Amino acid sequence: MNLRSIPFSAWIGIAGIAIAIFCALFAPMIAPFGERDVVGDVWLPAGGDFLLGTDNLGRDLLSRLIYGARTTIFVALAATVLSFSLGMLLSFTAAVVGGFTDQLFSRFNDLMMAIPTLIFALVVLAVLPQHLWILILVMAVLDSTRVFRIGRAVALDVAVMEFVEAARLRGEGSLWIIFREILPNTLSPLLAEFGLRFAFSILFLSTLSFLGLGIQPPAADWGGMVKDNKDGIIFGISAALIPGAAIATLAICVNLVVDWLMKRTSSLKGGRGDA
Amino acid sequence: MMESGPLTGPVPTDGSADGTHPRPAELSGVPAKPNPAAANPSNGQIGGTFWRRFTFRRPLVALILQRLGLSVGLLFAVSLMISGGIEALPGDFATTYLGQSATPQAVENIRKDLGLDKPWSERYLSWLGGAVKGDFGTSWASKNSVGEQISKRLGNSLFLAFFAALVSVPLAVGLGMLAVQFRNRLPDKIINVVSLAAISLPEFFVGYLLIMFFAVQYGIATFPATVYDSMSFTERLSAIALPVATLVLVVLAHMMRMTRAAILNVMSSAYVETAELKGLSMFRIIARHAAPNAVAPVINVIALNLAYLVVGVVVVEVVFVYPGMGQYMVDAVTVRDMPVVQACGLIFAAFYIFLNMAADILAIIANPRLRHPR
Repeated sequence: MNLRSIPFSAWIGIAGIAIAIFCALFAPMIAPFGERDVVGDVWLPAGGDFLLGTDNLGRDLLSRLIYGARTTIFVALAATVLSFSLGMLLSFTAAVVGGFTDQLFSRFNDLMMAIPTLIFALVVLAVLPQHLWILILVMAVLDSTRVFRIGRAVALDVAVMEFVEAARLRGEGSLWIIFREILPNTLSPLLAEFGLRFAFSILFLSTLSFLGLGIQPPAADWGGMVKDNKDGIIFGISAALIPGAAIATLAICVNLVVDWLMKRTSSLKGGRGDA
Repeated sequence: MMESGPLTGPVPTDGSADGTHPRPAELSGVPAKPNPAAANPSNGQIGGTFWRRFTFRRPLVALILQRLGLSVGLLFAVSLMISGGIEALPGDFATTYLGQSATPQAVENIRKDLGLDKPWSERYLSWLGGAVKGDFGTSWASKNSVGEQISKRLGNSLFLAFFAALVSVPLAVGLGMLAVQFRNRLPDKIINVVSLAAISLPEFFVGYLLIMFFAVQYGIATFPATVYDSMSFTERLSAIALPVATLVLVVLAHMMRMTRAAILNVMSSAYVETAELKGLSMFRIIARHAAPNAVAPVINVIALNLAYLVVGVVVVEVVFVYPGMGQYMVDAVTVRDMPVVQACGLIFAAFYIFLNMAADILAIIANPRLRHPR
């Protein structure tokens, strides 16, 4: 693979993600004002001291956007990594061990997927206390059902290969087979899936925050910022649209990269390239 | 909704397609061939139980009945999971309800008031018994009957989802076909990029964008989209114009991409290539060779997206302050009004499960190959 083979659209995506991660990492250095500082009047228009204007409490929108990148990306990434670890471990176990374990995991997974994700999250979050780690855990568990499905399908293909059989005959344990035989051979298709789930996590987290069930104020988070500023819309104040646009842009960038990764893996498999 | 969905191929990210894959355990005992002679060659009679004979005579009806039974079973399991899950999760309602500083006596009283002192199995059974009859108990917050509220709001939500489906389905299928027709040329590429972007937009962003433009800047649409009983039909339609537009935009890209993938899958098969090489006209190829085989996946795509639409109303209703089920549920979740949350969760899950089942059954009807599982 060389750099020239990466299409233009993927470059845009990579650039967008890089900017967002840069903002997240160096938020205190870039942001002109503090995350929770009230610095001006309510809903000042963009321009002057405040590049993007101020929000419903008079906090600088740009600064909150930069700090929000931190929260949003961290929580979405943590949830995705966790859901992948969980989903892949369970799905590979199901594929390698087979039999009753496989049936048990798969049927339970079907049951979990029979409830729409958002509804499930609403029911669960209605019961649980509001903590950040609980939010991450709920997102991860709900998302891992999707990972389980794909992971199992991919792992089943690999589990019947000769080298896995050879490892079994050699007397290797299930754990060895999962981590040394199956995992390396399923990484590339799962990489695209990781991107997809990450984009989904960003949108899901934003939706939850928008509904007031995600990250709690005063911490800045893009979905929550839309919620804070939504009342301004009727007066023609576009403060709510800016964090919304940030969410959309980041999700589009991730999807552009995923699109390229998927085309690449499908052409590696000898697919016809379209579809 | 925020399901950023499958980018390519007909692999739905939501729970959806799973009905097509798992083969119910009861099926494994049934021979694939519906030919009684092959199953019982000695006397040509069909043996076994009534169900077994029924499966041979009417495989289609038997399959549909089976799917129906499976869905009801699934719904029962879901109700058990919602109720049991709430029970198993930490967090005591009485204390959350009264706040941290409540006296033990007050907590005890409210627990008795809400019936929380009874064992879980007893509460579950009485709840389920009521739910079957449409009685979901009373709300903790407002002390109103949950069933009554839901019957009002469910109609509103379905009204919204119905019109969104009415607009988005023909549009999505049309655009999907257009994309296939111009595959890898400019129109396809434009549709591809735009739909990729549309998939990544959160619903509330689309909603507020539309409000900003059409309600605030131009003033041609109404916001908030409140509907009430005395409204006439046309007034209602104009009130829901923006929410419907939002739902359409959200679901359209997803549906269109899946339609495109499904049709393309058929178009790239060997028999279509043969027809092309024979020199048949494009119209004839599509009408005679491709369409019959593409109908099943396209119907499947539509049904799956309708299931998704029913859930997608949640966020859109909150954005537009529309008095539907979604808003009811979100409000209940914020005040931890569990009877309402449970009831709404069950109803949303029921719609989701039964639309997925419909997708499954339609796929079986449209594609005879699925009628005789291996």
